[in-house]
Amino acid sequence: MNIRDKIKERLGAKIVVWDERSTRRIYFTIKKEDLIETVEFMFRQLGLRFSTATAIDTPQGFELLYHFSWDPAGEFYTVKVLLTDKKHPRVDAITNIFPGAEWMEREIWELMGIDFAGHPNLKRLLLDDDWPKEDYPLRQKG
Amino acid sequence: MSHRVIVPIGPYHPLQEEPEFFQLYVDGENVVDIDIIIGYNHRGIEKLSESKHFDQVPYLVERICGICSSSHPYAYVLAMEDILGGEINIVPERALYIRTIIDELQRIHSHLLWLGLAGHFIGYNTVWMWAWKYREPVLDMFEMTTGNRNNYAMYKIGGVRRDIKDEDIPALKKMLDELAPALDLFRGALSDDPVIKARLKGVGTLTKQQAIDFCLVGPTARASGVNIDVRRDEPYGVFDRLDWNVIIEIDGDIYAKTMCRVLELYESASIIRQCLDKIPKGEIDANIKDIPAGNGIGRVEAPRGECFHYVLSDGTNRPVRHKIRAPSFMNVASNKVSCVGGTISDATITLAAVDPCYCCTERVAVLSGPEDKKIMNGWDLIKLSQEKTEKLKRELSDGRPQ
Repeated sequence: MNIRDKIKERLGAKIVVWDERSTRRIYFTIKKEDLIETVEFMFRQLGLRFSTATAIDTPQGFELLYHFSWDPAGEFYTVKVLLTDKKHPRVDAITNIFPGAEWMEREIWELMGIDFAGHPNLKRLLLDDDWPKEDYPLRQKG
Repeated sequence: MSHRVIVPIGPYHPLQEEPEFFQLYVDGENVVDIDIIIGYNHRGIEKLSESKHFDQVPYLVERICGICSSSHPYAYVLAMEDILGGEINIVPERALYIRTIIDELQRIHSHLLWLGLAGHFIGYNTVWMWAWKYREPVLDMFEMTTGNRNNYAMYKIGGVRRDIKDEDIPALKKMLDELAPALDLFRGALSDDPVIKARLKGVGTLTKQQAIDFCLVGPTARASGVNIDVRRDEPYGVFDRLDWNVIIEIDGDIYAKTMCRVLELYESASIIRQCLDKIPKGEIDANIKDIPAGNGIGRVEAPRGECFHYVLSDGTNRPVRHKIRAPSFMNVASNKVSCVGGTISDATITLAAVDPCYCCTERVAVLSGPEDKKIMNGWDLIKLSQEKTEKLKRELSDGRPQ
């Protein structure tokens, strides 16, 4: 059974939208409550490599994209989570599953202002200490 | 009585190009913990990219790094071509070959640069001088084919900007021929010299599990036995039509990382040779005018590992969001485990082993007891590392004629 079928079988109805853009680019949307379970399954059980995460400021809310690479087949899986609360965007940290996500979440926290619940070391990574609090440079202004 | 000492390394150093700041917590000679502080070179390029036209962005991302200045624009144009339907379906054949040649020339100059610095850090200044001597002709080739020694401005959406002239091909082949004996020399030194082995084996080791947990990429991951290479796993350019190998080492120490890079130099030279033999005649640009709405992901195997670009387009002429993840962002974090447990004299080479744009200066400040305060700068740290090599040399040649 290939990886995409394993993901579909395991997550089942938790997948809100499944979008195969091409054989190598698979995007799927889940609810934010299911994030930890999904990431744990993909990283720990299926052995996908976490590549990075992208945060996007959209009119509907903040979109978080977690990019995973399945290197043996050259497939790239993107898990989408939409955070609709634009005032206080908050999602569970995946750093507790593997340490490779620590810097990524710190970067998104300081540049996009998304709070990662349970992150062990949520402090500034790139911005200077003098940078004003609550001013997130990557958010869309106006 | 042991003192817990903080050794600040960074953030400025004239030797290397990117400021990073490592705080080593040491007990005597041993490193017990490390704090990594980055951000001194954060220039807001992701945000800046949102204000640029799609065709201007390659010039912007090219300036993220002067060493990987082919990887970033390449990953970006791949992301744009992902929106348009894939590189292979759009870009003319000849341009695919030119892209591959430039990408591999970059790997050669970057690995030689690292090899020279690694030699310098452990006190092999001859390696430093030789590696950089052989790097120079590679930069000359860039100047000849692209017009620039760095920041080549070759990549554009749908093709490349300049052709490689037929009369330039013999010079490229000559450069590769002259590089071959130097590579043999480096590989010979690495496999035969007992001091280099004593200095690098078992130092700064990353296990395969650690490499997976820290999501490492490139030679840093491959030296720990993680079998990944974007060139093979998701081929771009013409990598899937050429005969070459992914270099995997299993030990995970600095020796394995060095060996991995030296052997990759052979593969890169072979890839360029094959491209020069096979390159077809034809167009070099598909003349793409408009970018439709959509999002695309581009991945390139930079000299340091997977370089990732994500672009979101809404149908206008600018990216709405442009996410960039350079390979060092993943690799540098692994110093948290590779440095701890080693000694200070190994720290310079361990921190440099992931090939970051690493720098070191400042001083050692002892936390307890003002009378034994000791000030060291970055050169002192390199000296410490070089002295350890000298000591090993003496020990290993004990009783034998020099």
